[in-house]
Amino acid sequence: MIDIIIKNLPILVVLTPLMMSLIVVLISNNFLSWLLTLFTTLITFIFSLLLYQEVYLHTAISYALGNWVPPLGIEYLIDKVSIIPIIIIALISFLATFFASKIMPAEINNSSISKVYSLWLLAIAGLIGLVTTGDAFNLFVFLEISSLASVALVAMGGQKDKQALVAAYNYLILGAIGATFYVIGVGLLYGITGTLNLADLSNRIAEISDNKALIAGFGFMVIGIMLKAAVFPLHIWLPRAYAYAPSAVSVLLAATATKASLYILARILFSVFDISDNLVTYTLQYIILPLSILAMFAGTIMAIYEKDIKRLLAHSSIAQIGYITLAFAIGTKASVAAGFIHLFNHALIKGALFMAITSMGFYINKRITINNLSGLGRAMPITFVCFVICSLSLAGIPLTAGFISKLYIIKASISADGIWIAFLILASSALSVVYLWKMIEALWFHESPKVLNIKEKPEIYIALLMITFLNIYFGLDASIVVNSSFEAANQLLGVQK
Amino acid sequence: MDKNPILRIATKILFAPIILFGLYVQFHGDFGPGGGFQAGVIVASAFILYAIVFGLEKGKELFPLNINLFLLALGGILYGGVGIVSMLLGDEFLSYNVLGSSKQAGQHIGILLVEFGVGLTVSNVMIALFYAFVDFKSSNGETK
Repeated sequence: MIDIIIKNLPILVVLTPLMMSLIVVLISNNFLSWLLTLFTTLITFIFSLLLYQEVYLHTAISYALGNWVPPLGIEYLIDKVSIIPIIIIALISFLATFFASKIMPAEINNSSISKVYSLWLLAIAGLIGLVTTGDAFNLFVFLEISSLASVALVAMGGQKDKQALVAAYNYLILGAIGATFYVIGVGLLYGITGTLNLADLSNRIAEISDNKALIAGFGFMVIGIMLKAAVFPLHIWLPRAYAYAPSAVSVLLAATATKASLYILARILFSVFDISDNLVTYTLQYIILPLSILAMFAGTIMAIYEKDIKRLLAHSSIAQIGYITLAFAIGTKASVAAGFIHLFNHALIKGALFMAITSMGFYINKRITINNLSGLGRAMPITFVCFVICSLSLAGIPLTAGFISKLYIIKASISADGIWIAFLILASSALSVVYLWKMIEALWFHESPKVLNIKEKPEIYIALLMITFLNIYFGLDASIVVNSSFEAANQLLGVQK
Repeated sequence: MDKNPILRIATKILFAPIILFGLYVQFHGDFGPGGGFQAGVIVASAFILYAIVFGLEKGKELFPLNINLFLLALGGILYGGVGIVSMLLGDEFLSYNVLGSSKQAGQHIGILLVEFGVGLTVSNVMIALFYAFVDFKSSNGETK
């Protein structure tokens, strides 16, 4: 039995949530459906850890679906790069499910809870599938599975606030455009090379030089994925979708959805295409680099002027995505590794912040705006302390996970002769303190308009405590994250640099 | 529309042949054009036709929502189940070779079951979509 599990791990991480979503939808008892979802995400997380161990034993695992040998059949490829997002998604989805137990019934009608959990698992399966697959078209299928499931999840917020429907519609249309662009790109590349397997595609692209269709295909793919990853000017679907989704869904999506797409972006830029190719170098230097810097500042400034806290956090996500793409755009091994470190840490930070804010919203049972926050910090000390720790982590204060990622990004940019980039990163980090302080000030120093009698529930803060603990833990001992990220960068960039 | 005898009788006559044709397309899919997707839509069209002519209430009586949901999930589970069985028999996910006594027999059993799962899911998704759209107003009114 163990042999079978070990042998089939690459498919099991995708299959477990996918199959269980079909079973969960049939369960009418809400608690039972939550318990089963939690169990599924736990199993998926355990599988992903086993997979991590396997990857480091064998460097890369190729799994041929249906025993059809790649490049003809669909290949699932787990290497040191793709294992990072798999672990992120599996870990966050477990914590978010744990967190959802009390939050979900407060916002969703009783009759639709099991369906929401089914969609929830489907979204997780889609995201993990996106990362595991080594086939360009299979990737598109998972892109659609994950985004359609997330759109439906966002729309579930419509039971409380009709704005969610508009947000979901925006997300649907822009997500569909992104996916269409991607598939047009895949179509063009398939037309030139005749293969859909990413590894095979990369070999054949290396043989072709100066083909216009190749450039067009590359452009379509990159733009499509950038739209999915909410890279700065293509981010407009993100704040609304995260702000009006049901609270637990915001936690899950904010921490995982864009991360998977960012990984795909890195995969296309560095692995399918070649970094020594002018096409990629120009894209990185003249498109992604300036856009990332704009994102860092635009996201932060929008967050400073935002009153609605969930939107504020969503805007700050855009800035953080900017850091990650900036690290990719510098294009050295150290910087790509730094990008992966931040990919991991940002998932922890943003997941934790959304958890803290949405549990405050749960207790006061209102939309959380900056005015509603007054005095809440004193009324719920545990949530507040976690919120402060994770805010510090977001700002990049030492001893937190956020510090490690900022440190490595700055180090990488200095060693790549980009002192001015390091300076800009520091400036935007300093700006982010403005909006973080704005929230903390309201939470702790403002008097509450009326006496709040809130008793914090352990079901809600345990998940928050766990994720905050991880934020501190990976701030103190980052060796695992840093080492795996450097291994990932080595594998992605190969031997050229 | 259930007052019109032509529609009513034509529907009753057509109902069984439509499903039969659906099943033909389903099982013909192993050897020629056809398969689960097309067959699922054809089978669903019989139930949708019935609901259009006799009204949604009658349609739901014939094919209740909970059965619809159950079969919808069952199709997916059947598809994945074939894959899981082939993994338990020691081969890759969805590798049909190990399912039968010989490779050919295994491939035959595998594709038959998988296509049946697809057919089940597609037909029930079609019916569920139809119910959801037709029922839109009434379900919108009863928000909690």
